[in-house]
Amino acid sequence: MTRRYSALSLFKEGLAGQTGWQPAWRSPEPKPSYDAIVIGGGGHGLATAYYLAKNHNIARVAVLERGWIGGGNTGRNTTVVRSNYYYPASVELYGLAHRLYEGLSKDLNYNVMLSQRGMVNLCHSTAEMEIGARTVNAMQINGIDAELFSPDDVRRVAPIYNFSPDARFPVFGGIWQGRAGTARHDAVAWGYARAASRLGVDIIQNCEITDFIIEGGRCRGVQTSRGAIRAERIGMAVAGHSSVLAAKAGFRLPINSYALQACVSEPVKPILDTVVLSPGCGVYVSQSDKGEIVIGGGLDRIPSYAQRGNLPTLEAVIAGLLEMFPIFGQLKLMRQWAGIVDVVPDSSPIIGESPLPGLFLNCGWGTGGFKAIPAGGTLLAQLLASGKHNDISRPFDLDRFASGRLIDEAAGSGIAH
Amino acid sequence: MQLFPCPFCGPRDETEFHFGGDAGNARPDGADVPIERWANYLYLRANPKGTAREIWVHMNCGEFFVMERDTVTHKVLSSAALGGEHAA
Ligand SMILES: Cc1cc2nc3c(=O)[nH]c(=O)nc-3n(C[C@H](O)[C@H](O)[C@H](O)COP(=O)(O)OP(=O)(O)OC[C@H]3O[C@@H](n4cnc5c(N)ncnc54)[C@H](O)[C@@H]3O)c2cc1C
Ligand SMILES: [Zn+2]
Repeated sequence: MTRRYSALSLFKEGLAGQTGWQPAWRSPEPKPSYDAIVIGGGGHGLATAYYLAKNHNIARVAVLERGWIGGGNTGRNTTVVRSNYYYPASVELYGLAHRLYEGLSKDLNYNVMLSQRGMVNLCHSTAEMEIGARTVNAMQINGIDAELFSPDDVRRVAPIYNFSPDARFPVFGGIWQGRAGTARHDAVAWGYARAASRLGVDIIQNCEITDFIIEGGRCRGVQTSRGAIRAERIGMAVAGHSSVLAAKAGFRLPINSYALQACVSEPVKPILDTVVLSPGCGVYVSQSDKGEIVIGGGLDRIPSYAQRGNLPTLEAVIAGLLEMFPIFGQLKLMRQWAGIVDVVPDSSPIIGESPLPGLFLNCGWGTGGFKAIPAGGTLLAQLLASGKHNDISRPFDLDRFASGRLIDEAAGSGIAH
Repeated sequence: MQLFPCPFCGPRDETEFHFGGDAGNARPDGADVPIERWANYLYLRANPKGTAREIWVHMNCGEFFVMERDTVTHKVLSSAALGGEHAA
């Protein structure tokens, strides 16, 4: 029976006809009660369960997922991992995630295919260059790697950009983060699931939370499509559906749900070996390991739970892409899809106890929470284990909306939303 | 491409409209409104999955109106001028 992945186990299984591999995670029946429940089997939920077991020795944990793990935004995103944020609180958060990503394949014994190919945020005017310089300064002061790129630097990393004199969005330079890149999104979900399951966590799919068990003013469990399950601490990481569950728990959140779409082209030979974002064109793009051009853009304009995306936004994204890379005009699009993301007024996540005691939130990652999964998991696990904030999660508590201490990262996070 | 019904101009392209929040989210009035009430007004949203009553603005004519629609199917159920019932 082969449990650990290594060159040796690959070799042995090769000789044995690949017959000894174990399922990556167990699929047990739900128990009537646990020490902690995590709602949502996306990256944040699975990571939370893993760190509960690993960092806090709390392994009687269930992850309850309505569909299949990674079937939400974690399996639908464009896989960009970076920490080029502006405010110190954001840098602490995304910086922690970025560092954990760098060791994640080893930690999980699962190749998440982190590829630190670098990312450039383009500047298309002198005004944008000034903002770019300010952002680079802020990043450097906060200890994050960043460089201000000249047009020649941009030409070096993205020679196929439209540098012609009549380009609608000429390049004045850019913000470069060399440690940024991409990771395989499914692998992040599967790697955390496998590692959590091996530490004793029950991962239960096809189990929808339909209501909360509230007794004595506290959350004491959940009603699910597979019966009642009790726990004294419950974490919720359900991305675009946070408001739906909050309504069942009796409170509202500062969230609107929108569709965010992406698309990929047919696979082509290597032509783009970095991530390029143009705020002017409203597009960011990279090439997948399979050769597909992976294209993302801004939010849809209409609050929605329809997981498909709408045409006007897709047209704007494709138009922007062709401004950036006229050479891509020959490509055929293979797939388009959307995920429902949870958009918060200051574009920063919400991490902390909810208005219902015993129920803790990890939500509001909006268009950018894939890169944050290891941090979101670490911080929600600590909240569930101790009931208290870590210094890194404290600024992201729900109370910031009443105190006015917003962390307005709308610009820092790059794309319009 | 979806058409939204402006009560003043009739059915128009969805790109001409801008979302303006929950209908009935009345601005607190008076000198001593508690902080929580302000935060609720400014930030908290119903964000329902299903039928929603929302304020929209048709950017071409500049009029605000109430639209009822399904946030899953995007079907529009009703559309009416604001009148005095913004708080309703
Ligand atoms: C098109 C697109 C591109 C993106 N690109 C990037 C990017 O390049 N980089 C980046 O950092 N971020 C990106 N994001 C954002 C990122 O994908 C999300 O922020 C992140 O995946 C959120 O993870 P999560 O675990 O919180 O949510 P999810 O992965 O969505 O998981 C939530 C889970 O909760 C489950 N759930 C919901 N309701 C219930 C219920 N009642 N009971 C049980 N389970 C329930 C859902 O089925 C789902 O599986 C992108 C998102 C999209 C849609
Ligand atoms: Zn009109």
